[in-house]
Amino acid sequence: MVDLRVDDQTVRENSIGRAAKRVTSFIASLVLTFLGLTAITFLISRLTKIDPVLAIVGDKASQAVYDKTYAVLGLDKPLIIQYGAYLKKLLSGDFGVSVLTSQPVLSDLIHVFPATFELATVATIIGVLIGVPAGVLAAARNGRWQDHVVRVLCLFGYSIPVFWLGLVGLFVFYGKLGWVSGTGRLDIGYDDIVTTRTGILLIDAAIDGEWEIFRNAFSHLILPAGILAYFSLAYVARMTRSFMIDQLGQEYVIAARIKGRSFWGAVWVHAFPNVMVPLITVIGLSYASLLEGAVLTETVFAWPGLGQYITRALFNSDMNAVLGGTILVGTVFIGINLFCDFLYKVFDPRLRGP
Amino acid sequence: MSDSLLEVQNLNVSFPGRGGITHAVRNASFELGRERLGIVGESGSGKSTMGRALLGLLPQTAIINAQKMNFSGVDLLNCTEAGWQSLRGRRMSMVMQDPKYSLNPVMTVGHQIGETCKLQLGSNAADAKRRSLAMLEAVKIRNPDRVFDLYPHQLSGGMGQRVMIAMMLVAEPDLLIADEPTSALDVTVQNEVLRILDDLVRDRGMGLIFISHNLTVVSSFCDRILVMYGGKIMEECKASELHNAKHPYTRALIAAAPSLDQLRAELATVKRDPEWLK
Amino acid sequence: MSDVSISLKQWLLSDAPASPRQAFLGNVFRATRTVVKNPSALAGLVIVLLLIVIAIVAPFLDRGISPIAQDLSNRLHVPDAAHWFGTDELGRDIYSRTLYGARVTLTIVALVSVVVAPIGLAVGTMAGYLGGWVDALLMRITDIFLAFPRLVLALAFAAALGPGIENAVIAISLTAWPAYARIARAETVTIARSDFISAVIMQGASTTRILIKHVVPLCLSSVIVRLTLDMAGIILTAAGLGFLGLGAQPPTPEWGAMVSAGREVILDQWWVATIPGIAIFIVSLGFNLLGDGLRDVFDPKSV
Repeated sequence: MVDLRVDDQTVRENSIGRAAKRVTSFIASLVLTFLGLTAITFLISRLTKIDPVLAIVGDKASQAVYDKTYAVLGLDKPLIIQYGAYLKKLLSGDFGVSVLTSQPVLSDLIHVFPATFELATVATIIGVLIGVPAGVLAAARNGRWQDHVVRVLCLFGYSIPVFWLGLVGLFVFYGKLGWVSGTGRLDIGYDDIVTTRTGILLIDAAIDGEWEIFRNAFSHLILPAGILAYFSLAYVARMTRSFMIDQLGQEYVIAARIKGRSFWGAVWVHAFPNVMVPLITVIGLSYASLLEGAVLTETVFAWPGLGQYITRALFNSDMNAVLGGTILVGTVFIGINLFCDFLYKVFDPRLRGP
Repeated sequence: MSDSLLEVQNLNVSFPGRGGITHAVRNASFELGRERLGIVGESGSGKSTMGRALLGLLPQTAIINAQKMNFSGVDLLNCTEAGWQSLRGRRMSMVMQDPKYSLNPVMTVGHQIGETCKLQLGSNAADAKRRSLAMLEAVKIRNPDRVFDLYPHQLSGGMGQRVMIAMMLVAEPDLLIADEPTSALDVTVQNEVLRILDDLVRDRGMGLIFISHNLTVVSSFCDRILVMYGGKIMEECKASELHNAKHPYTRALIAAAPSLDQLRAELATVKRDPEWLK
Repeated sequence: MSDVSISLKQWLLSDAPASPRQAFLGNVFRATRTVVKNPSALAGLVIVLLLIVIAIVAPFLDRGISPIAQDLSNRLHVPDAAHWFGTDELGRDIYSRTLYGARVTLTIVALVSVVVAPIGLAVGTMAGYLGGWVDALLMRITDIFLAFPRLVLALAFAAALGPGIENAVIAISLTAWPAYARIARAETVTIARSDFISAVIMQGASTTRILIKHVVPLCLSSVIVRLTLDMAGIILTAAGLGFLGLGAQPPTPEWGAMVSAGREVILDQWWVATIPGIAIFIVSLGFNLLGDGLRDVFDPKSV
């Protein structure tokens, strides 16, 4: 009597081979996409109407000086070589110098990134904590009023402009109700009290024991984070609902009820663990898109993060800064996207087993 | 016959849908003691629906009514959810058709069998493990310790179905409903699983409802047979008296089963009489 | 020919259409009927049609007030009978500007569609039909573009090329086309194996002809559904660019830019920013509802 289809040894060998293939595929995608991104930013930098030579030598320089600078900048070499040089500089951390701050762009980026990180992370946490149970509820009560409410909320989340909601939020919760603080990360006068360790105000303030500043930072953070959280929630709830509806229709859920599980027991103990893995990739993708949404939200709330840095650079034609920021956001965005794709393939139940 | 486990009188199950109402079960009546009842029918005859109705597991949209539907004196028609939960698993259970779908893919075998113990018998982890291993042995699985830690996708069809049986019988219910328990299995494995089921049901003195489309299997396995068609029970008879069946549908089913001793040029088919649906 | 006269409806719903035209019209009729029966999809259709109508007849609806006429003595006026939606920071009538803003939105929607659908279809059908290294290469390129952040890349683009509708359209299209390539490829792969394609090949049709006349029409429905669903996102991205001053330039009224203009005065004159935002919301909502409805028509299995 043969008990198993394939013996364990074969199963293990197949798995390792497949895993190695997936990892190499992931790394290859990462590298290629990064090259694609930098190729585009390179081309964009060449498209700019500002003549890079004139920017350095001024428009009163002689033709000889112009030609010499042209050669020094390597502008006479074929595009591919120029791209190679550009890539080399990027990989060594040279993103150019910002026209606005006169600082290396990379150090600017490191300075502003934590604020965006704080905003996106808090927003995602709130979005997931509300969105996942909402999606489960909607799936369990499919077709009834709870489902409709959740679906409408999600629908609005796909239709409302984030910058508009931010403004309306400011008007209602700050202007009219006074429940939260206004724009910026802290009230004026609270700057420079807390020592910058992580760049994340909530953490730094807590470490220093400055609870008044902590509260103030929180009341500044909660509105923009809440607004972004709504968009995260809409996406996460919708995907959770979709996954759960699939699972709740499966026979093993009925089998659980036969064993004596209550309805909600079957939902949370049996169906939910089956969606956790795809859900993690959904959360990752949501986080990546929040980084983008932060660009507009930071403008509305004067939040000194990456988004505001890029838009300010934009208005001042600070191409190095714009492109440096684009590369950073792009790389993080791509990294998260591809990693989630990879995770999903790793845990796809269709690829499991012999 | 021993004490009555199930009494069903004029059970009707219908599903409202886009194109009107579907009557899945119509005026079904039968009784069951500690014996084996086979329910035979083709797809759409209502046999599975009736099985699920007896466990209160039909979708919320289903409309169920009957003159009587009792399990050991407990009224199933007006059963609350709490009432159902005290019955399901502990006193009534069901083995489903395909272990590929009816076992939870992300839980180990041991965990799934142990869950029944914890829910119905109040076992702690150690007790649950002990009972699960004993049950795995009872369904003739060769390395219970190893299989205990396996996931469903690592099991073959026959093993999976035996795990399912173990999971549903470990709490020693009085009634087992087997809904097409061997239909998804290879023919060679079917007999083994049936034999295991046979032993377990006999040893524990359980009542069994065996739902299948296969008249031959049902007639050899069960004491009595119900033949269903279009939601109605066409015939009820003892398995030993099957050859004396009166209803033309039953006779047609018997005639349609191919036999090795009869040489035939064409297989017989069932000619359906619309009168049967009235 | 028999003398039986059949109604138009019966002709459209016939199970045995006598010509491709009849079949096509029949499908359009069935699709419209399904959409109309679904209340939310119907609402979406109404909104989208309203957008198109308003964009076209704006001059008849603007009550004679020009969207670019400034009146600095009447800045930031509360909505009243003279100015239904009030006035903005330069005294312009917001109602009129909202109406004409529909034109900008529609223009962007139309331009992006006209760019991404053909590119996506071309890339996807070629990859799916030709297979092999062509498929691998094209899909690799598609995946690379698919992973890019839309808004940020559009920002960088606009920074280099300058603001304006054309650049906004290009920037958005750059990151939007990959989805359609993927869809077209998936459909093409299933179609390529079918018998009628083999028949056409044996009739001597060239690859180009096969792709254009036979493969593309079968991919169209999926592409249209996806396009409608994506439209909301495209409108929001375009509005975001407008909010940052990168879309249509003043004095052309663009809803995103109008919201931005109202930003300074949000606390006191809330209507300046809020009303254009509502317009963006309603239009996005409309496309989302319509897209959901269309998806039910063409693929009832999906959630």
